[in-house]
Amino acid sequence: MASKNYCWALIDALREEMERDPATLLIGEDVGAAGGAFGTSRGLLDAFGPLRVRDTPISEEIIVGLGVGAAMTGQRPIVEIMFMDFLGLCLDQIFNQAAKTHYIYNGAFKMPLVIRTSAAVEMGIGPHHSQLLECWVGHVPGLKVVMPSTPRDAKGLMKSAIRDDNPVVFIEHLAMHKVKEDIEDGEVLIPIGKADVKREGRDVTIVATGLMVARALAAADTLAKDGIEIEVIDPRTISPLDVDTIIASVKKTNRALVVTSSLKPFGFGSEVAAEIMDRAFFHLDAPVQRLTPPFTPAPFGKAFDNYLNPNADSIADAVRGMLK
Amino acid sequence: MNDFIELFERMMLIRLCEEQLNEAFAKNLFPGYIHSYLGQEACAVGVCALLDDRDYIMSNHRGRGHYLAKGMALEPMVAEMFGKETGICGGRGGEMHAADPDLGILGGNGIVGAGLPIAAGAAYSAQLEGKGRVSVAFFGEGASNNGSFNETMNVAAAWKLPLLLVCENNLYAEMTPFSETVGEEDVARRAEGYGMPGEIVDGNDVLAVREAAARAVARARDGHGPTLLELKTYRWGGHFQGDPRNYRSREEEKAWMEKCPVARFRKTLVEEHGVAEADLAEIEEKLRGQVEVAIEKALEAEVPPPETAMDHVFAASGVK
Repeated sequence: MASKNYCWALIDALREEMERDPATLLIGEDVGAAGGAFGTSRGLLDAFGPLRVRDTPISEEIIVGLGVGAAMTGQRPIVEIMFMDFLGLCLDQIFNQAAKTHYIYNGAFKMPLVIRTSAAVEMGIGPHHSQLLECWVGHVPGLKVVMPSTPRDAKGLMKSAIRDDNPVVFIEHLAMHKVKEDIEDGEVLIPIGKADVKREGRDVTIVATGLMVARALAAADTLAKDGIEIEVIDPRTISPLDVDTIIASVKKTNRALVVTSSLKPFGFGSEVAAEIMDRAFFHLDAPVQRLTPPFTPAPFGKAFDNYLNPNADSIADAVRGMLK
Repeated sequence: MNDFIELFERMMLIRLCEEQLNEAFAKNLFPGYIHSYLGQEACAVGVCALLDDRDYIMSNHRGRGHYLAKGMALEPMVAEMFGKETGICGGRGGEMHAADPDLGILGGNGIVGAGLPIAAGAAYSAQLEGKGRVSVAFFGEGASNNGSFNETMNVAAAWKLPLLLVCENNLYAEMTPFSETVGEEDVARRAEGYGMPGEIVDGNDVLAVREAAARAVARARDGHGPTLLELKTYRWGGHFQGDPRNYRSREEEKAWMEKCPVARFRKTLVEEHGVAEADLAEIEEKLRGQVEVAIEKALEAEVPPPETAMDHVFAASGVK
């Protein structure tokens, strides 16, 4: 057992998997000598050499394309797109090439590709370095989308993503890098597609993702003092979504609130709400609610971030509103 | 001489396949678009003549010439074009997509330019493996104006990837003359700026293509990096069959058809290498019969059951 922060938990996952399978590669901007723009590949160049840990030009389309071609020819590449905001530069390779190759060719090619990228939500870096776009990739058949909210989940899901024969978009939260958690020694593998009930409760289900999980848990602590027991579900995988776990919880609590750092229209919360309507409508005592930042780009600066994003207080307020 | 006959056979097979698919299209027997390879046969055949099964090729939307030149079996390839269950991809890929991993054929593409980065990825794999495999990206001059071309040229040169970038310059980017879209009509001249050799080749001369490809393949196999080959050629048909070709003259088409790569090589074989025309005619008839059978079989075959539409969205294996 050792205490690890989110960043080092990810490095451990990469190191363990690269040791385990020589076909595993890491390529992207600054992943080599610099150790990653955010330090998430520190030590890997020295451990595995410049062919397996390889710096690329600032060329997002070919970063993913190299991964697609390498994955089709026997490698297990991990490609890094530094900020999720940069996905627009390489979307064709993600949603037409990586996602559809196994399908188009009748299963002739596997696509064991991890596209790791960072959501810099609430880092105050402005409108081109702040977006969580999990729904863009969640909308594409053939892609898996993973977004861990704790160091242990990050490690276990990264290892599973690397071993998966499908393309996985792996979303890391920069604002969580220093969060620590005890992680057991030895193999940590967390299955893709399985939600985690982070806290059990009977009154309201909160489905929270990424940064919002810890805040939902903080809100639950506050509300418990008033005798309100919240069940907090972290889907961990955006797609395929573990709807069963959410439905089982809503059938128990009869109320659901979805909290995300991504925006409301056409979003993750809409998807969860619709699934609940389909499968648990007659169990609901209140409409499903969504708590998100408002429909606007994120301007530069922490003050805006604090104003725009849900926090433990606004989550607790939303829950109280649902119980009136 | 055997290899010359093989070059002729491959070119003729592509020619007959394209002609007969066009006939099927004209009779309304073809389900969808046809992006004809007529007129460009020497490009695919000249390059693939240098490749082994272990080498990779990445094709584009105009892919049948590449598939056949690299050795894809005729009948499943044709059936795939018709979207039939007996197709090489079970009929799921259709006219713009066919692949055969055992022959290193990594597929076609519906997106212009998208194959270049993927071919570079296969070249990266080959480089990691270190056994002299090479990878070939086939693309048109239209794709050379896509960002993917820039990114691929640069990474291929920087990483010394064993990659051939084969630009078939057929003068028309979809339905726009290439000359209207660029300030410099020779794509190969861009190579110098990226730090790799670039060569302009007569794309209607299969032996010239083969010679240039031999230099590029040797360079790649020996670890010296990529080469850009620009094969000057002409697309006899439209961007797709049925395209009215109102952006160019019939006279221009006729002039290029007089430079037919298949007829030209046939003449070379007969006049300079003493091959009997009767032998070539016999080959042509044999291949014509094979293509006819392939198309008949494809027409008779079933489309995949619609309820298989959800197959292969994901690969089965998860955590291993």
